[in-house]
Amino acid sequence: MFETFLAIVRRDLILAMRRRSDMLTILFFFVIVVSLFPLGIGPEMNTLRLIAPGVVWVAALLASMLALERLFAIDYADGALEQMLLAPQPLSLLVLGKVAAHWLVTGLPLVLMAPVLGIQYDLSLDGLRVLVITLLLGTPALSLIGAIGAALTLGLRGGGVLVSLLVLPLTIPVLIFGAGAVEATISGLGGEGHMSMLAAILVLSLFFAPLAAAAALRVSVE
Amino acid sequence: MSSRIVNWFKFSSPATFYPLAGRMIPWFTAAAVILLGVGLYMSFFVAPTDYKQGEGYRIIFVHVGTAWMSMFIYVVMAAWAGLGLVFNTRVSAMMATALAPTGAMFTFVALWTGALWGKPMWGTWWVWDARLTSELILLFLYLGFIALQSAIDEPRRADRAGAILALVGVVNIPIIYYSVQWWNTLHQGATVSVSQGSSMGTVMLWTMLIMTLGFWAYAIAVVLARVRCIILERERDTTWVNELEGGVR
Amino acid sequence: MLEVVDLECVRGDRKLFTQLSFSLSGGELLYLYGQNGSGKTTLMRAICGLLQPTEGEIRWEGESIRELSDEYTREVVYIGHKNGIKDDLTALENLRILSTLDGVHMSEDQAWDALDRIGLRGFEDLPTQVLSQGQKRRVALARLLAHQAKFWILDEPFTALDKAAVSLLQQVIRDHLDSGGMVMLTTHQEVKLTEGQVKQLQLGGGGQADV
Repeated sequence: MFETFLAIVRRDLILAMRRRSDMLTILFFFVIVVSLFPLGIGPEMNTLRLIAPGVVWVAALLASMLALERLFAIDYADGALEQMLLAPQPLSLLVLGKVAAHWLVTGLPLVLMAPVLGIQYDLSLDGLRVLVITLLLGTPALSLIGAIGAALTLGLRGGGVLVSLLVLPLTIPVLIFGAGAVEATISGLGGEGHMSMLAAILVLSLFFAPLAAAAALRVSVE
Repeated sequence: MSSRIVNWFKFSSPATFYPLAGRMIPWFTAAAVILLGVGLYMSFFVAPTDYKQGEGYRIIFVHVGTAWMSMFIYVVMAAWAGLGLVFNTRVSAMMATALAPTGAMFTFVALWTGALWGKPMWGTWWVWDARLTSELILLFLYLGFIALQSAIDEPRRADRAGAILALVGVVNIPIIYYSVQWWNTLHQGATVSVSQGSSMGTVMLWTMLIMTLGFWAYAIAVVLARVRCIILERERDTTWVNELEGGVR
Repeated sequence: MLEVVDLECVRGDRKLFTQLSFSLSGGELLYLYGQNGSGKTTLMRAICGLLQPTEGEIRWEGESIRELSDEYTREVVYIGHKNGIKDDLTALENLRILSTLDGVHMSEDQAWDALDRIGLRGFEDLPTQVLSQGQKRRVALARLLAHQAKFWILDEPFTALDKAAVSLLQQVIRDHLDSGGMVMLTTHQEVKLTEGQVKQLQLGGGGQADV
């Protein structure tokens, strides 16, 4: 069972490595969105420092939405998804494998890039540290929740926009606790409470999101 | 045991539900007209002027009721959707579809009246208050449900995909509500609570209750009417619908 | 032993078939005939469990496939219109990942062997996107060679295949039937397959079906 999970992760990673440009597009989008804010708001450092956590988090949210469209779409088009549905393994496990690979390819680069962008906004060292930790806890949750939306909108016209409409409201708690933790740390209140909430959301979505996404896939592939 | 299951499914079949809904609609319409009429009369003429907020406060008789309804309808919608998903009954899924626009409407009215009330109360149309923000997110959830269902052509897939989304939403609502609450208290923004400043008088409480009951009756009547349309549309090829049309002509 | 009882499937507003019943036991082959749009693919998808029929039941060894789930999918291979292979992976990688999903461990040697038998010698290490339609089909069909599943559901397996591949596939199907397997397939080509037990099912025309 675990072997199948690993096989799916490995397969998707190989596929991503052979199409590296997709990965870079998402990362580049994230960088551009974050860099646009100072241009729109003005270079006043005090303001920028204030909005940094929110900006980085919203950009991460948008970037992960952008990546979602491709999560199941290619497998759906070439029939690999059908075969996954017919495999004698629990579908939710395979979904978890796909999401894990998807996060490694689209989520992890955002986490690694975030400190660099944080420096642009003059975040303190503590703030940067917490930003990375919250993104590390939060982006997998975004991928997991997003998988439900991606599965529901599979093969629909305008699925890419629709998936954002469905998923973004559901990710609001992740945004609140993620950006909140950084903000609380900067202002000296300590972000531990936020971070434990974020971890709780991650655990919950690890359990429930694959089940819901698997159910949605069965509906969509029919 | 098995006979009970058969009975239950018979009750939930569109052919039996359609006339039943038709018989119920006039009653609920009448109830809605009477209750809302009495409620509005009471809210304008019977309820006393608030010594703090003046006449402007009277909008809460609409606001509170619609806000209650907006949240309640989402839960009811998710319950019907879940029933439809588990038992594969067509009418339950249709009920969920029919409830969504009414729920969205109540959410919108709650937001709108909230803004109208907010202007004289705290000087701006919009305040990032925990309740208003949650209500806004609820509106997004309704719109997502409606958008998903209307993007899917195949009715069976639309029913079941919508059901999954509604269930995911209903699990998320407490988490969203809690996180918004947390966010709001932390930022020390506007924390004007709805019932602030006035211990509610008996008349006001009654008015609010009557208005809410009126909204209830309205929602039931409208949803049943909508469900009848959906049934006709979905079942247009069946013999019972064709016989129905023949009878009308 | 597969039993289909009073099956009804609806696509959109159209009732494709209703009251469809038949059975299939070990060593038997079922041909599915019917015009385009008569519900052949829908029936196959319903039988392999991808699609939930609106009415009726599908039983495997006497039990509903809804309740069996894993025990049933282990016994079934479905090869549909889509090959289910990834363009960016090589034939070898595709074959091995597909059998891992089937719950069968396939060593590299076995995979080479299967691809060799299906006529893909020299193409094992190429990304499948450079292969022709027929060769892609062969990659998908190579699964059948290494698979222990009892029940094969093949939707138009002969499309895009050349003569040599068609006769090879016929041989493979014949061997499978001889060893007690079951096959259900659609084809527009009239192919003489086997003298064994052959059943035919005609779909189409007002939702009636003749066995």
